[in-house]
Amino acid sequence: MGSPVRLDEREQRWLSGTDGAAMQLAMQMMVTAADVSSAAEFVEIEFAHINSSFYSGQVSLDFAEFLLANGGSFAVPTHTNASLIDCSTPGLRAERDHPVEVGGARRLMEIYAELGASAMWSCAPYAEPTGRPGKGAHIVGSESNAVSFFNSVLGARTNKYGDFIDVCAAMTGRVPLAGLHTDAGRRASHVFDVTGLSADDQDDPTLPHVLGIILGHEAGSAIPVIVGLGSASEDDLKAIAAAGGTSGAVEMFHVVGITPEAPTLDAATGGVAPTRRTIVDSALIRSTRSRLSTSSTGPLRAVCLGTPHFTASEFAGLRTALDGRSVDGRVQLLVTTSRAVLAEIGSVGWDEELRAAGVQIVLDTCTYYTPRARGVAGLVMTNSAKWAYYAPGILGVEVAFGSLQECVDAAVSGRVGDRG
Amino acid sequence: MADGKIHGRVLHAGAATAPMIRLDAPLSFWGGFDPVTGRIIDHAHPQVGESLTGRVVVIPGSRGSSGTPGVLAESLRRATGPAGLVVQKADINLTAGAVAAKALYDRACPIVLLDDASFAEVGTWNGVAIATDGAVSPDDPDGAAP
Repeated sequence: MGSPVRLDEREQRWLSGTDGAAMQLAMQMMVTAADVSSAAEFVEIEFAHINSSFYSGQVSLDFAEFLLANGGSFAVPTHTNASLIDCSTPGLRAERDHPVEVGGARRLMEIYAELGASAMWSCAPYAEPTGRPGKGAHIVGSESNAVSFFNSVLGARTNKYGDFIDVCAAMTGRVPLAGLHTDAGRRASHVFDVTGLSADDQDDPTLPHVLGIILGHEAGSAIPVIVGLGSASEDDLKAIAAAGGTSGAVEMFHVVGITPEAPTLDAATGGVAPTRRTIVDSALIRSTRSRLSTSSTGPLRAVCLGTPHFTASEFAGLRTALDGRSVDGRVQLLVTTSRAVLAEIGSVGWDEELRAAGVQIVLDTCTYYTPRARGVAGLVMTNSAKWAYYAPGILGVEVAFGSLQECVDAAVSGRVGDRG
Repeated sequence: MADGKIHGRVLHAGAATAPMIRLDAPLSFWGGFDPVTGRIIDHAHPQVGESLTGRVVVIPGSRGSSGTPGVLAESLRRATGPAGLVVQKADINLTAGAVAAKALYDRACPIVLLDDASFAEVGTWNGVAIATDGAVSPDDPDGAAP
């Protein structure tokens, strides 16, 4: 079956193999992607944030080694998503315990550096200046929360490009003009009305996480638009993005009056009447929130924060929540973040202060990945709906989900309290 | 489908004949499927615990993590993955996993896109045969003529 996409001379040369087998595979992948998405043309991209640099097994290495051996290189600035390992905390996942995975992940980090990717190693690229593309920029995002944040909060344009396609797009500097790259593809059709929530619900810091889970469950492939949310910080929008890409496939959402393409409901929908409407009431919030915990009380082994990677403003919230107290000796409080954010908080001394209070700062990786990070076992508390959703299946742990303050109080006391 | 065949759109070409498993919800292969055992591990998925190994998987699409193509391709490398996929939406991430497994290991995992009615129909079959041209037909190991 012939592809409907039009190829220019350079694209045809890549496809022919004249410029090497790496470019040939990259162009084959992009032609297939164009065919699958019924795109008639490509659009040039400015930036890529890739997930193929995450070790998913031997295939991750085989793909990257193939590109390296066959002259692969990137056409646009290309940043790496979080890795399996934290190079600064080698004991987190010990190589002697997991030689295949840890060794593979280290080799993968080397190869992507050799291919020319910048060593960001973060699932929250938007938390640093080089990871914030402008409104309207066509880009490649891969990690589901970052895709949703790029589209929804920054107004950049990307579909969710998974393993292999992300790298092939970064090598060719283009993607099929389809989906969220087009105006029509960004229109909301499913309204989520939170107008009826009480002031307590609106002020609850877990609301954005829970709302994101609801969006993911309910929206299907439609683009959701939230109506009636009083306010939302960038960190709140990050939570909605992360949860919506976890329970479902939300790659973009609008919040009327808050996100850049939704000054009004009409702007978000493109003036087209929405096809679905979900009333989000307190009962739905409560039932969704309670399902994020597999256990609500008991002795605590670990608290995991920073899924997606903690931002500087979230670290400020952690300092406030600790209020001078220290983590109980029986509990590990792990915060995952990026090298850039650590440098930012390190410049004002917060890292030393937090470490002195018993907080462990983990770079480059996340605590819900397998092999299990040291000490993440038994009952674990988190303020991330994404962590709470994935960890029971991936790690076999019990999870208690709560606000940052509840997580910190539990870490200090060594026990998860009842929310009541 | 007078000839007993349904004609779908080829997303990734190939042929496969295998027992069918219908997934009642989209699946994130990363975090939701173990490429070592070939089983679904997403606790929230209606078919958690089921094996996809060597079966034609009738799946609405993928969701969640962008690690899905890598995990699908890794399962194909290990021969724990599906024999083929019948999908309801044009899913570039599932397709990318199949393309990579073909390019790197010459492992086949044909993918065919069907309309909603045909997708529901195929989900009632015992086994499925996918042809290289996108034709999909029932394969019943007990009832089929030799």
